[in-house]
Amino acid sequence: MKRIGVFVCWCGTNIANTVNIEAVTEAAGKMPGVVYAGNYKYMCSEIGQSKIKSAIIREKLDRFVVASCSPRMHESTFRKTAAAAGLNPYLVEIANIREHCSWVHKNKGEATAKAIALIRAAVAKAARDKELWATQIPVEHRALVIGGGIGGIQAALDIADAGFEVDLVERTPSIGGHMAQLDKTFPTLDCSACILTPKMGEAASHPKITLYTYSEVEKVDGYVGNFEATIRKKARSVDLEKCTGCGICWEKCPSRVKSEFDEALSMRKAIYIPFPQAVPNVPVIDRASCRWFTREKCGICRKTCPAGAVNFDQEDEVLQKKYGAIVVATGFDVLDLDDFGEYSYGKHPDVLTSLEFERILNSSGPTGGRLLRPSNQSPPKNVVFIQCVGSRDKSRGKPYCSKICCMYSAKHVILFKEKYPEAQAYVFYIDIRTAGKDFEEFHRRAVEEYGALYLKGSAGKVFPDGDKLLVKGVDSLSGHALEIEADMVVLATAIKAKSDAPQLARLLGISTDTHAFFMEAHPKLRPVEAHTAGIFLAGACQGPKDIPETVSQASGAAAKAIVLLSKENLLSDPCVSEVNESLCTGCLACIKVCPYSAITEKTIEEKIHGKALQRRVAEVNVALCQGCGSCTVSCRPGAVNLKGFTNEQIMAEVDAICL
Amino acid sequence: MRFSYYPGCTLKTTAALLENSALKAARALGIELIEQEKWQCCGAVFPLAALEIAPFLSSVRSLAAAKDTGEKLVTICAACYHVLKRANHVMKTDRDVCTKANNYLQLPEQYRGGTEVIHYLELLRDEVGFPTLARKVKKPLTGRKIAAFYGCLLLRPPAVMQFDNAENPSIMEDFLHALGAAAVDYPYRTECCGVYLSVQNEEIVAEMVAKIINSALSHGAEAIVDACPLCHYNLLELQKKTPQGKSTLPVYYFTELLEEALDLKDKVEEKMAF
Repeated sequence: MKRIGVFVCWCGTNIANTVNIEAVTEAAGKMPGVVYAGNYKYMCSEIGQSKIKSAIIREKLDRFVVASCSPRMHESTFRKTAAAAGLNPYLVEIANIREHCSWVHKNKGEATAKAIALIRAAVAKAARDKELWATQIPVEHRALVIGGGIGGIQAALDIADAGFEVDLVERTPSIGGHMAQLDKTFPTLDCSACILTPKMGEAASHPKITLYTYSEVEKVDGYVGNFEATIRKKARSVDLEKCTGCGICWEKCPSRVKSEFDEALSMRKAIYIPFPQAVPNVPVIDRASCRWFTREKCGICRKTCPAGAVNFDQEDEVLQKKYGAIVVATGFDVLDLDDFGEYSYGKHPDVLTSLEFERILNSSGPTGGRLLRPSNQSPPKNVVFIQCVGSRDKSRGKPYCSKICCMYSAKHVILFKEKYPEAQAYVFYIDIRTAGKDFEEFHRRAVEEYGALYLKGSAGKVFPDGDKLLVKGVDSLSGHALEIEADMVVLATAIKAKSDAPQLARLLGISTDTHAFFMEAHPKLRPVEAHTAGIFLAGACQGPKDIPETVSQASGAAAKAIVLLSKENLLSDPCVSEVNESLCTGCLACIKVCPYSAITEKTIEEKIHGKALQRRVAEVNVALCQGCGSCTVSCRPGAVNLKGFTNEQIMAEVDAICL
Repeated sequence: MRFSYYPGCTLKTTAALLENSALKAARALGIELIEQEKWQCCGAVFPLAALEIAPFLSSVRSLAAAKDTGEKLVTICAACYHVLKRANHVMKTDRDVCTKANNYLQLPEQYRGGTEVIHYLELLRDEVGFPTLARKVKKPLTGRKIAAFYGCLLLRPPAVMQFDNAENPSIMEDFLHALGAAAVDYPYRTECCGVYLSVQNEEIVAEMVAKIINSALSHGAEAIVDACPLCHYNLLELQKKTPQGKSTLPVYYFTELLEEALDLKDKVEEKMAF
């Protein structure tokens, strides 16, 4: 006879307010096989765990059920408790009576009955638990960092400094990301390039870091400790080794296209580096706009290159690399303003997004840092900044706060007023959110020292009127409708997830939230890990973030990756599939559904009536199996079972719930 | 082309000019507009009181009657269009109001928002087509610089009205181009005219109208064209009360220009005299 213990957790008031703990404990004590049932306010605490341990010894328990929160939260905690008391950790079951019960119900009677049913199911499953043993899998001591913005650079440097090799993959021709586009950074106003470019240089020269710019991750297979990634190095058409970055090629190139880096405010050539401090300082030929590739004419860059580095025949290179850990730091996009016609964006050159304004302020930007109206190159006298364009806007934009706009708008006000002390800045805002070290003081400087007029309310319309822009809005504090004649209007455009974030999430097997930002494993306790083991998140790909936060998260993700990479071996989860060869008919339907290619066929020999017969069966590679269970449901004779979740156990749970 | 037609009170009284010119042009374009037999006032303002069902009923009667004929329901007045379209949307989406209205009216058949309500401008754009209209123009308004004024009722709320892009509409400009005129782009074309405030506080409306008129003038307009009796009244009458104290810009219904371009103005009026 099994000796099962049941431990019911109050979770403070989280469970106890909705579920009658005493009634549940009493009912659990009477369940088949249960020899002990107890409860405690916080089962996961040190005291709670020692209560479990002493009960195991005192009551000679050979397995137990904890009725508490989701197994995502504390299953591993209680498995460790079991191991500490000498039990196999896989003889522990969790009945989730918090997320699945107390949090979602109001009626105490019904919630109590449901909690009892959930525990009954867990007890029925526990009675059929078998001891399982984890096996050791080796770790590939290399890391992949996807995205070469400040987040990716920081994560790569931290991991490399710990002594592990890192491949940093960046889609565009240079690392640097959005931070390279910025002029100054809040709240200290230090120059973005001055603090970023040394880091870019460091990443490029670090002996443990390999840069793959103008490259993309196409495929990721494998699992924690043993990922296998396919990286496409797009044809640069310029030899990275030979090029000296002298710049003759892009001076001579006759094709001009809008510069992505300058937010289309300036032109670049078809052979180009995105910005002067680019790393690597080697140009790329944009084949879609190059005369050689579109019309087979020109070729002047090849003729003039003193190093003979231009190579029109270069082809994409596809690399297969192995990694133990992956850091995702792919950053963000800004919202498309097509649905915001009232601001005349795109209709008038003096209406700009904040990122465009940033380029105009930047001394290496399209105007060389001269802040002039794009329409007529005259100095602006009145500039209106409109915050929350698309942020906190359920109807047309995003419901969330983009987090950085209050601060960068204050920065823009200060930089504008530094250049034109006599001019006036107006800022329309919903709320000012400056929660960060020295942030509020910075915002107050914009108001008090620089005299920016902050107007609580929204601007409803911007339209060209003569050579000015008329901004109509409301100041909700005075109740006045306002009309401001502006020379420039700057829109604090919402931050959104990269448009192809869902595709990358699918490729990596990680999840996204409703706005396509990557999901962390736990919003509070595991903020830098993805749900998939071995994949870590850094920066705005996980949600809007400023630079200090991105850098901290990147270092956090790097630390987590280092912990993983510094292990010689990992313990594999023993909850994997196994094939009962005597039942297997060799139909191999399981091979087709396995997403991890973990099932292969093999031939076995059997003696039937004294005759040796050969037949085909399925075989599971336990190192590749992730325990998803797809094969078990595809198996018609029921020959495949997931250890720890066998068909028998699942059916026993169903029976117990339906009781 | 045959359509049910809901005229509304204003078109039978102060805005008779709008109806007459629209109907004449429709005949010339081969469009049959069959006036509904028993129509009632739409209420002139869309009822926002959620619990009040009575203000919807007259609209629902007309909508249901149009459904029985299987024809689209055409309106010329912007206010009627606004009220009918929004009432129809409520019937389509709010089950509670729909049930109550049906219970109250006891129609032979339940009405659930099946009728399509279209404005005369949409009729020209989607049923006739502006290129076809352009071909039928006999006296193109070449060289005339005209500013279109949209007002609010046709465009807002955008999710329900779905008439045109609410912030940057183009249907009236496209219409003007079809007639051969030059459309003047100016910032106030989608602003509010002041609506019923002209009854209560003429000064405020005069100020609003002055902004619209002056903006159109400064962008080179020689006339302003609208599609709404109330906008028309405010732009025409309140213009006289602006600081300038006199009318500076002629105001037309869009159908007047249509009538002129189709060369129906005088001759047809003579023939039509009953």
